[in-house]
Amino acid sequence: MSPDRGGGARTASLESLLASREVLVFCGSGGVGKTSTAAAAGLAAAVHVGGRVLVLTIDPAKRLADALGLEGIGNEERRVPDAVLRGAGVQPRGELWAAMLDTKASWDDLVLRHAPDEETARQILDNRLYDNLTSRFVQSHDYIAMERLYDLHSTGAWDLIVVDTPPTRNALDFLDAPQRMADFFGGRLLRWLTAPYRLGGRRGARLVNIASKPFYQIADRILGTQFLQDIAEFFLNFETMYQGFVTRARAVERLMKDQRTAFAVVTTLEGAPLREAQYFCSELTGRGYHLGALVLNRVLPESFADPGIAAAADRLVSEPDEVADRLVELGVGGLTDPVAVARVLRTIGTSFQDYAVVATREAELREQLAKAPEVLATVPTFADDVHDVSGLARIGECLLGAQLPSARVRADARAGEAEHRPR
Amino acid sequence: MIDLLDRRLLFITGKGGVGKSTVTAATAMVAADQGKKVLLVEVDAKGNLTNLFEHEPVGFDPVQVYPGVFAMQLNTEASLREYLKLNLRIPMVGRIGPIANVFDFVANAAPGVKEILTVGKVCWEVRESIEGRADWDLVIVDAAATGHVLAQLDAPRTIRELVQTGPIRGQTEWMMDILSSPSLTALNVVTAPEEMPVNETIELVARAREETTVPLGAVIVNRVLPEPFTTEDEPVFAALAGPEATAVLRAELGEGASGVLDAARLAVALRRSRVPHLDALRDAVDLPLLYLPFLFVRDHGLRVTRVVAEALGAELGL
Repeated sequence: MSPDRGGGARTASLESLLASREVLVFCGSGGVGKTSTAAAAGLAAAVHVGGRVLVLTIDPAKRLADALGLEGIGNEERRVPDAVLRGAGVQPRGELWAAMLDTKASWDDLVLRHAPDEETARQILDNRLYDNLTSRFVQSHDYIAMERLYDLHSTGAWDLIVVDTPPTRNALDFLDAPQRMADFFGGRLLRWLTAPYRLGGRRGARLVNIASKPFYQIADRILGTQFLQDIAEFFLNFETMYQGFVTRARAVERLMKDQRTAFAVVTTLEGAPLREAQYFCSELTGRGYHLGALVLNRVLPESFADPGIAAAADRLVSEPDEVADRLVELGVGGLTDPVAVARVLRTIGTSFQDYAVVATREAELREQLAKAPEVLATVPTFADDVHDVSGLARIGECLLGAQLPSARVRADARAGEAEHRPR
Repeated sequence: MIDLLDRRLLFITGKGGVGKSTVTAATAMVAADQGKKVLLVEVDAKGNLTNLFEHEPVGFDPVQVYPGVFAMQLNTEASLREYLKLNLRIPMVGRIGPIANVFDFVANAAPGVKEILTVGKVCWEVRESIEGRADWDLVIVDAAATGHVLAQLDAPRTIRELVQTGPIRGQTEWMMDILSSPSLTALNVVTAPEEMPVNETIELVARAREETTVPLGAVIVNRVLPEPFTTEDEPVFAALAGPEATAVLRAELGEGASGVLDAARLAVALRRSRVPHLDALRDAVDLPLLYLPFLFVRDHGLRVTRVVAEALGAELGL
């Protein structure tokens, strides 16, 4: 489809990114259309590149989940039937699969896999802190998403895994999650906290000899003895999985920084999301990840910047009566009431002017994009929400039809990437 | 007419991207313009709430950012320091680094601990004001996003379940009294007429009722697109957009006429695509709905906050 395909030595379009990487991670601030964009990229890969493509999504809108056949399933991968794809007018060269992240089920799997024995696993799963930790501890979602991705990748069953990232306060938190998890369980603080319980000789023994230690006194006064003991018990059990966690955390981080993984940042052309997107771009590059593409989503059509169209709109606003009289005079389309026609013409003109203000802001923000990655894709505003496969296919076409940014920006991005290439 | 501003504590939540912070800032502005002294609390450490008043970021100590609006940003260590000083009479001079580190760590591991500092500080300001030791008429919290807000509001109860004894347990009592009082507190949700924000709002309202005792206030529907044409004018637009009229318009106005008509079609279609979501919201949520218009503006700042505040004031019947 793209003339670049298999051509240039360097990645120069989203299509070549989809063809050359094994993992493509979509990130961006909330509400910018990250989930749909990731799903559309996965579909585009299955259609134009082929192979077995998996879309790992975190929290899809119900209609999108339904469209991908994800409703009511747990943690497993499901193939989107070819009939569904053909029904939407796309002819896949490869297979499209989809999976949703079930945080709780993934955590349970993880505990069962890493715990030294079944009894410890049981004790962890039954601890009342465990439920809270896995369902409410925000970072646990980030961690488990990365863990699941690693797991799926290491099966070797997928040519490409497209990942939607969890909604977090900071969209890059998930990158730190594995390391933070490892620090958390390996930390001196945890040992400090659980130390008095170890002195008892075995796990869960009574707290001994704490009166002399001011930290425990304060902690005890704030939290109460029972709570401290619950925490300690839980972590002593959890600690048995520590080595597994650390090993995995390192492996996950390696995969994220591997050449086979690339990141795509999604944003709209609004002030706050765009500032955040630019921050993500520089952070990703700065930390040695491979920033593959920046997707500008829900952009107004370029026609709003067309001076000829703007002039026509201005005229409708300033002189609607004259135009209305002419239309009525000619008897066009059964129009008879010049007052009503003038009113509608003026509304048509103002509506254009309103959107043109937004389009101008978008154009200015776009100009300010100081550091864009090599691939800059633009997806226009569609009149309707995207909630079916044909809608995803439409986004996919826009993604692949990505225009290259100006040569200057491209050269900057290359220079930036070269600096961070592993030596 | 909704008596939202007569409460003492308003939590404002919403899905990312719907304009939660702008609406929160606008609510504070409306209340202050009504003569109230408002404490505006930013919970997420993003620190950009004060941008909406064209003011530099603020810290833990409240700073006036607009006449009658004092903003502060919550921070775990500062909250802990204040808590220890006030409740345990443990003076913390200088750094409390090690304790704060341990605390951060326990707070991350044990649910509700971090949240209770946030909610606790906010409730404390409300209690002090009610009892005359502080003078906030209204405390407005730019709360966590929909995904996390219930954990935040439910922290006192979570803590009660986990902590059997100790001073914290005792303090959860009065916090829960404030948080459960319909005359004092309301949780408000900002949403937009799109699928995901509407679904999250419906789900949040249901869960808030099921899982917490926090009273719900209003749902604020932000970014509602205008309906370009009245029912009466719709057939006129249809005729104007037809091939015959388009040809005349092109002759009169130049080639650009087609583009203007296309833009009007897009405006109509965008508005139409939002209608089912608004309907779904109205059907599923039996709370007062306040509508704020989509703003065709350049960027957000004091000007936009004022425009939103005016629209909000009108919706509140002020």
